[in-house]
Amino acid sequence: MAGTLSVLFKKNKQLNTDELIRKKTFWSFFIFFCLIISAFMGWKLLQQQPKVNGVLRPFKNVMAANEQVFNKILSDKHLAKEYPLSEAVPVPRVNGYLGMGNEFDASQWSLIVVRKNGDTLRVSLDQIKKLPKKDLVFNFKCIEGWCQVSHWAGARFSDFISAFGLQDESAFKYVGMSTPDQQYYVGIDMPSALHPQTLLCYEMNGKPLPMNQGYPLRLIIPVKYGVKSIKRIGTMKFSDNRPPDYWADKKGYDYFSGL
Amino acid sequence: MKKIVPKHPLAIRWFHWINFPVLALMIWSGLLIYWANDVYRIGFGSTTLVKFFPDSVYKTLSLDKRLAEGMSYHFFFMWFFFLNGLAYVLYTLFSGEWRVLLPNRHSIKEAWQVFLHDIHLRKKAPEVKGKFNGAQQIAYTSIIIMGLGSLLTGLAIYKPVQLGWLCALFGGYKASRVIHFVLTIGYVLFFLVHIYQVIRAGWNNFRAMVTGFEVHTVKEEEIK
Repeated sequence: MAGTLSVLFKKNKQLNTDELIRKKTFWSFFIFFCLIISAFMGWKLLQQQPKVNGVLRPFKNVMAANEQVFNKILSDKHLAKEYPLSEAVPVPRVNGYLGMGNEFDASQWSLIVVRKNGDTLRVSLDQIKKLPKKDLVFNFKCIEGWCQVSHWAGARFSDFISAFGLQDESAFKYVGMSTPDQQYYVGIDMPSALHPQTLLCYEMNGKPLPMNQGYPLRLIIPVKYGVKSIKRIGTMKFSDNRPPDYWADKKGYDYFSGL
Repeated sequence: MKKIVPKHPLAIRWFHWINFPVLALMIWSGLLIYWANDVYRIGFGSTTLVKFFPDSVYKTLSLDKRLAEGMSYHFFFMWFFFLNGLAYVLYTLFSGEWRVLLPNRHSIKEAWQVFLHDIHLRKKAPEVKGKFNGAQQIAYTSIIIMGLGSLLTGLAIYKPVQLGWLCALFGGYKASRVIHFVLTIGYVLFFLVHIYQVIRAGWNNFRAMVTGFEVHTVKEEEIK
């Protein structure tokens, strides 16, 4: 045993082949096990990190870094593929009920837009319907992993901005939208909101939106997962800080969620 | 007489052992994501032979209701998987290691002979010239192509609109997801065969993946 140990610290030149094999094997495995132990310690350390919005802080930071990498390729020229009408499903899946409470009174509804100076602008559905109508048949993608080709129609968000003189507001970095009952809310970066396929949507399959799909007005934003396509928009606000976002604030999902 | 014969360069040992836990984490976090829409199965019509995966699997491994967590791990460790894989490919290219790793015109025949030997239908193992036999060359090259496939289908799923051309290249969003999943199953199968072969090949072979060398017994006069 003593012979074995002394071998470990001798110079290679002093050793015969057997001793050299023993020495090299020992030190290699020594380092190997040290690395395994440090990997476990690194894992433990990672688990001990504080959570931010339900996510370990290093992951939250990497999400932000990923956004900085991938928002560079976000472009108005990159369009979600559009499909022929015949491929649209007859009944698009309803996957969320937040903000779809029964006590909603449609006759009282108008879209509330909070302007930069704090004034509120009220926009009726008829006013939005007067804007150029865009039909969009695209593959709606849920963050859960399913997708569905579905048919929607409405006014482009960018047309809405220019028609209602909201250029100053669209200079902010984000737009936040919430349901009339405030139960559901999303925040969206302005370049994604102004993408030519982002719609203030009032029709599904050529008919007014059903109640459970967000009647009278919802968002359809193909450059994001479905969680961002908020149903029944009540209020719209603009800011440079990230507006509250239900799934990102409470449930640990990526705020950007860009596709 | 024993002789120390260098086998795996240090860099390749590092890449190999970094990849092991990283890929394991990618597969695990991938399962956390897959659970949210676990639609894949093998079957015909309404008959299902294999379901990916039975509920008991999720329960046993605590894979259920962790979609957000799975995504946060997946899009964190993807960078390690990508950078380590890239470093490996660049290293093999510039060091010349690709010469022993890439299959050549003898590889298919040799792989077949190795296979027959493995299942005991052939008595003698084929004589191998380089570090790796034909079966190994094919396996180790395929796994790199699979890695590239996972990376690209992953990107196609991650940014299907901005990288619409990539998504279309794999046959669309749904097809990209299927390929991404099938490749993952491929890694698991590779792992099982790999472990079996490593155990079969024995200590000398395994030690080489840690120390870098194998010990060969040679006749006295061959040592210079």
